[in-house]
Amino acid sequence: MKTCEYQQIDPLALSTPTLPPYDGREKREKPRRPRRKWEVFPGKNRFYCDGRIIVARQSGVLPLTLGLILATSGLFFIFDCPFLVKHLTSCIPVIGGALFVFVVITLLQTSFSDPGILPRATPDEAADIEKQIDNTGNSSYRPPPRTKEVVINQQVVKLKYCFTCKMFRPPRTSHCSLCDNCVERFDHHCPWVGNCVGKRNYRFFYTFIVSLSILTAFIFGCVTTHLALSTCFCPCSDRNCRHSSDINIQNLLVICFFSVWSILGLSGFHTYLVASNLTTNEDIKGSWSGKSGEEVTNPYSHKNILINCCTMLCGPMPPSLIDRRGFLPMDESVQTAGTDIELPTVAPKSEINAVGGSPQLAFVLRNLPFLCLYSPKPT
Amino acid sequence: MFLYVRKHPDVLAHLNKHLNFLRPHLKQPTVSSKVFIQRDYSSGTICKFQTKFPSELESRLDKRQFEETIQTLNNLYAEAEKLGGKSYLEGFLACLTAYTIFLCMETHYEKVLQKIARYIKDQNEKVYAPRGLLLTDPIERGLRVVEITIFEDRSIGSGR
Repeated sequence: MKTCEYQQIDPLALSTPTLPPYDGREKREKPRRPRRKWEVFPGKNRFYCDGRIIVARQSGVLPLTLGLILATSGLFFIFDCPFLVKHLTSCIPVIGGALFVFVVITLLQTSFSDPGILPRATPDEAADIEKQIDNTGNSSYRPPPRTKEVVINQQVVKLKYCFTCKMFRPPRTSHCSLCDNCVERFDHHCPWVGNCVGKRNYRFFYTFIVSLSILTAFIFGCVTTHLALSTCFCPCSDRNCRHSSDINIQNLLVICFFSVWSILGLSGFHTYLVASNLTTNEDIKGSWSGKSGEEVTNPYSHKNILINCCTMLCGPMPPSLIDRRGFLPMDESVQTAGTDIELPTVAPKSEINAVGGSPQLAFVLRNLPFLCLYSPKPT
Repeated sequence: MFLYVRKHPDVLAHLNKHLNFLRPHLKQPTVSSKVFIQRDYSSGTICKFQTKFPSELESRLDKRQFEETIQTLNNLYAEAEKLGGKSYLEGFLACLTAYTIFLCMETHYEKVLQKIARYIKDQNEKVYAPRGLLLTDPIERGLRVVEITIFEDRSIGSGR
């Protein structure tokens, strides 16, 4: 060996940038925190509670939805319930409370759960698909739209290729541009709940709108009853007598009136979709309405309203395919570029030592921690 | 305590040489290629894979064995997605509780997925690993494909 130069280094000086190899060593010594898959999720979603909650990037008007429900129910409980309990029955706040809790829970479940996002194809998968479809060596400037035809229950269905997710979309799957994900059995992206509505959360969404229409109808009914009864029970002989709570009740009535009709209408529409096993997307596009004159039927329908309803609402709950709380494989997260010496120090040294080798190698391995401090002299 | 830095180019080269020699032992066996078994949509959107035997596996695996594996997987997925009295009851009860029971208990589908994971592990140990192949659980690929990794023959001995 050549004569060695030794240089003393003061540990206190390590914080200064004059000693880059040592800083690198400091970073390598800290064990890398295992990362979860949601941290590297490619879509435009946001995650909370360490991946348990998933929402779209823009929350839309979800705060408004929650605010309206809370405000309407709050006004109902404060102004109407005391009167109705006194003059009718005490079941009213109980029923109202149960409906309110049901509505809020289903709303939060719709907003915070995975709608059925399909994870993007791995690079190997994408390459395999490319190989299969691009046999002609197409050199035109714009590649032709890639489609694949499959026959489902004697009906020809075209599967489109998703350029973002690099795969052929399964039937009934659509790519949501707001969330930048392919969603299975894509219904629509609902700004009121701030999330897509798809295979996994359609039942939550349907239950939400049905229970909300029941709640608004219930509140509307109670408020009307309150107004009618308070007119009857009013001790004032003056017909133009106005009580202070009347204004609030009337405001509530107006909100309820409009909500009831719009939400009831939406519930009715979705009940029709559930009964015929259609999605909003398919209904709007008219995929199975036979607009071009040919005989097309919905290949997914069970041809029975009851079975369609049961399938949609009471069928098995599909699992989430994105595994957002799973851990990334260590070899992906530990990959570091850089010098050859950057073998992770957490690697089992016993494994290396067990390989055996020359005494020189043994010397090198024993002194590995110190030799990692080595920085090649710039020439 | 003072630390000593040794400035010596030969030691680095020596270390590199030995680390490069050591590295193959720390890596996985070399992957030759991957085969993807795609979904079969002829029966609708239920989870079902094609049973067509890929030509890349002809030298490694028996066609009958492959078809048996895929058919068993298809049967297991059909069991998970089966519409029947039990699944309707589970769904109906879940609906009554505003679907909060999904947060507490394991669904029938999840139980079958664990069964599938055990089956794949068992198949890998008994059938595929001895032939230098590896089945990947479709759930790790979003239930889109069954990925079969083909390893190079010479690296089978150093595999885990």
